[in-house]
This record gives sequence, C-alpha cells and structure tokens, in this order.
Amino acid sequence: MSTPLVSLTDAGISYQQLDALKSVTMHLNQGEVMGLFGHNGAGKTTMMKLILGVISPSRGTVEVMGMAPDSKEAWHCRSKVGYLPENVSFYEQLTGLEVLTYFAKLKGFNKKQAIDLLEQVGITHAMKRQVKTYSKGMRQRLGLAQAFIGEPKLLLLDEPTVGLDPIATRDFYKTVDQLKSNGSSVILCSHVLPGVEQHIDRAMILSTGQLLAMGTLADLRQQAALPVAIKPFGLNGSVANDSKLNGFLTANCPNTLLVPEQEKMKVLRQLISHEGLDDLQVETANLEQVYQHFLSEHESGEKK
Amino acid sequence: MRQILTVANKEFHDGLRNRWLISITLIFALLSIGLTYFGAAASGAVGVASLSTTVASLASLAVFLIPLIALLLSYDSFVGEQESGTLLLLLTYPLSKSQLLLGKFIGQGSIIALATLLGFGSSAILLYFQLGDIQVLTSFSVFIVSAILLGLSFTAISYLISLSVSEKSKAAGFALITWFLFALAFDLALLALLVGVEQGITQAGLTQLMMLNPADIFRLVNLSGLDSSDVNGALAVAINASLSQGQLFSALLAWVALPLSIAIFIFKRKKL
Repeated sequence: MSTPLVSLTDAGISYQQLDALKSVTMHLNQGEVMGLFGHNGAGKTTMMKLILGVISPSRGTVEVMGMAPDSKEAWHCRSKVGYLPENVSFYEQLTGLEVLTYFAKLKGFNKKQAIDLLEQVGITHAMKRQVKTYSKGMRQRLGLAQAFIGEPKLLLLDEPTVGLDPIATRDFYKTVDQLKSNGSSVILCSHVLPGVEQHIDRAMILSTGQLLAMGTLADLRQQAALPVAIKPFGLNGSVANDSKLNGFLTANCPNTLLVPEQEKMKVLRQLISHEGLDDLQVETANLEQVYQHFLSEHESGEKK
Repeated sequence: MRQILTVANKEFHDGLRNRWLISITLIFALLSIGLTYFGAAASGAVGVASLSTTVASLASLAVFLIPLIALLLSYDSFVGEQESGTLLLLLTYPLSKSQLLLGKFIGQGSIIALATLLGFGSSAILLYFQLGDIQVLTSFSVFIVSAILLGLSFTAISYLISLSVSEKSKAAGFALITWFLFALAFDLALLALLVGVEQGITQAGLTQLMMLNPADIFRLVNLSGLDSSDVNGALAVAINASLSQGQLFSALLAWVALPLSIAIFIFKRKKL
C-alpha cells in the first residue's frame, strides 16, 4: 500500500469552453474497488479516458503505476490495464473466439488464454459463432472477457452489468471480488445499481465534471446525514403519544420514524420498552438515496 | 512489429472473409482476359490484339477501377471502428496509432496487391503463351507494379478520408467525390486548359500538372512506352515530353508515402 496505483491531482480537462472534468483529486490503492457514479455526461467516461492515457489532462497530473499514462514510458503498463468501454460492438463478422484472440494477441497472449477467458465468462458454447448472432448479454460477456485478458492490475469497467441477467450479474461480481483478492484494483463506473454496494470499497459521485463526494459508503452516509427509517409494528398509535418518539414522525409517512443515525439506538431502546411491539424494520439509507441526496444538494447549490 | 503484423493479419483475413480478394481478382481477370481476346474487335477481328493495344486498354480500365476499389475497401477503416467503439478500445492497448495504421495498410494493401497480381497476371500468362514474346512479361510487370502502387496510393488516400470525418456515410460520400475528381474531373480540366487557353501551358508544364494526380502518373507509366496511335487526349501531348520510367515510379511511390504520412499525422492529433 506504499504508493497508490492510480492518483489524480487536480486533474481536469476542457474542450474549448466546456469543462468536461473540473479539478479532481483521487487516489486508488492496490486491491481497492472504487465505484464511480454519476448520470450521463457527468464526466465518468472522460475520467476513465484520462486514466487510460487516451487523452491528456489540460491541467493537473494523472499517474498510473507511478507514470503518466499518456507518456511513452507507460507503454508497457498498458498490457496490465483492462478496459470495458460503455458502447462497443465488436467485429460482427468475426466469431467470438476470433475477436478475443485478436485482442489477446495485441496484449501478447495467445489463443489458449482466449479460450480460457471465454470459459470464465461462460460463452464457450458460442465461441465459434459470429458475434452478430450474439445477444446483448453475450456481447457484454465477450467485452468482459476482453477486459480480463492478462489478469490486469487495474480494471476500468464502464457500465459492466448492462444487459446481464441476474445470474450473469452475480457471476460478474464474483469475478470482481476474486480479482480484488488477487490484488487488482477496479474502477466500476455506473449509474447507481442495486447490488453494487457490497462489492465496492469506496464510492465517488460526479456531476457535470465535478467531484461531489468521495469516501466509503459509511462516510458518505454520515456526510449526507440521511435519517434511518424505523418502522415499528403493533404499537397502534402509541408512538404518536410518546413524547420521546413523536418528534420523529413526519406527515407523509405516519407509521415510520425518520431518525438521525446518532439517535438510532436511543429510539430503538425506547421502542422496545413499549409492550405491544411485535416487529421492527430498520432501514439505513442505501447508495441510491445517498446519491440522490448529493445530486439534489448540488443542484440546489447551483441555483443559489 | 509483432503488433503491426497482428493487425495486418486481421485485416487481411477480413478481406478474405468478405470475399473482397476473390471478387476483385475475378473482376480483374475477367476484364483483362476479355480485353486481351476481344480488344481487337473494334478493328473488326476477334483474336489476340497487339500487345500495345491490350496494355493501353487495360490501363484505361484499371485507372478507373483500381482507385474505386481501393477507396471502397478502405474508406471505413477508421471511421467504422470509431463508430463501433473498437478504435477507442484498441488505443488503450499497447498499440501505437502508427502501428495500427500501418498494420491496416499492410493488411488491406496486400489484398489489393494480391488481387491485382492474380487478376492481371492471369491474362499476362495467357498472352505470353499466345504471342510467345518475352516483351509481354516485361510490359505486364510494369503494368502490374504500377497498378499495385496506384491501389496503395488510393488506400492511403482513403485513410485520410476515414480519419478526417466522424460518420461512415460522410466517408463514403467523400470517397466517391475523391474518385470522381482524380479519375474523371482532373483530366477534363486538363483538357479544357489545353484546348481553351491558347499558349496557356507548355508541354513540360502539362506533365508537371499531371504529377498532381496518381491516376495520371499511372497512365503515363503505361502508355509512354506504346505507339502513340493507341493513345489520345491530353496524354498524347504529355507523352512527348515524358519523364523517365524511374521518375514516374518515384512519383507514384511518393503518392503512396505522402498520404500515408499525412494520415499518421492526422491520426496522432485526432481527439477521441
């Protein structure tokens, strides 16, 4: 964990008048999985291109494995980086195996590795068929196989689970966890997805090229100060009469208490002291709510 | 170098898979054998025409076909991959832009070269057996080599187009315009200049102007050695002031190298 694998220092990029990415500072350590969230045009893909060295920053510095990724010295590092672009349609007239063999060869591997990778993503049965006969999910698997060539140290995945069915999505996250335990770092770029939370160490939220928030999910939750929703059952209105509890009730959800994180235990104890309590549901804010919070906070900030 | 060969190999196999190689070869073979046998039909006889008539007709045919085929084969090389997203992906690989471009050039150039060699070579062999003249082989070697260079030149030009536009359909449009300009309009303009403006241009000046068009250089290479009775138009005038074959071949080579270098330059500056 000495030096971070990827580090951006005040990195930004502008095209003419437009700031595609304002100053962003971030570090990614070895074996860390970072979720990069933001809506379309938030600068997610631009940031990935910066890290990949396809474009150069207008200001600030980008370092990947200790080198500027757009420099000549970083050339040999490229075979240790895997990338899955958001919209890619592989050579339609080629078979899956031919496509993957081509990409594997460009990274210095051979057909054998290509077959192994196709097996890993589960499309061995279709590898002799032309890509144009593939379904959306199969194309996505082929793209993932392509990104996994050569057990990359750093993986950048743009919308990796689009088009995957639930089982394939589960398999995909399993692979991510496995890569992580092998010491690879992953940047997962997506709109907010259910199920991504358990697999990422930290999250970054981008909007219109600006970094809104970054940290572990717990950090973000704390920063957002979103309340915990507690739903008691079987109390029949005695909550409304309890002066310690009725302050947390709101008009739009009369049966749910919205409690700040630090008050949670106090409220729970108070609830349990009620005789009639049958059951309790406690829901902490999920990633989607945290994301919404930062976005709306940013928007209202801009209006002022 | 390994990277260049990997790309070249893929492009070459694409050419085989799309039946480009086989169809171009067939077109060239059929037309050239047809011209060899029936080239004399205009003078009222069926049978093998004289060597100079055959080469003259083949050259006038090739000068239209080869640029068109080269442009068709390569106009979407880059813009097509850009649209499908594989260009961006390839550039994140340990593969430089010039390696990618040269790889494509070698792969697609081989398709054109091989098709030209097989297609026109077949009629050369046929003619050689009919006439039994060693002159056939030398004339055809010059013809085939210059035709390959012409094809490579237009492959490089189509890369220029493919790298300068952002949509495949635009690239197709520009390719067609390019073909029209080089294969037809340029000569008409020269002729107009020659006829319309009295004393406007010297013979040497005309030849120099012709160096601006690879298709005309190709014509000069192949027609300058023939009887001028088979040649007419602006060319006949230019031939009298002709340059040596060596100079003409260098000019053709320059028409391959120059567009290719400019294409690499544009590619390096291209934003993705």
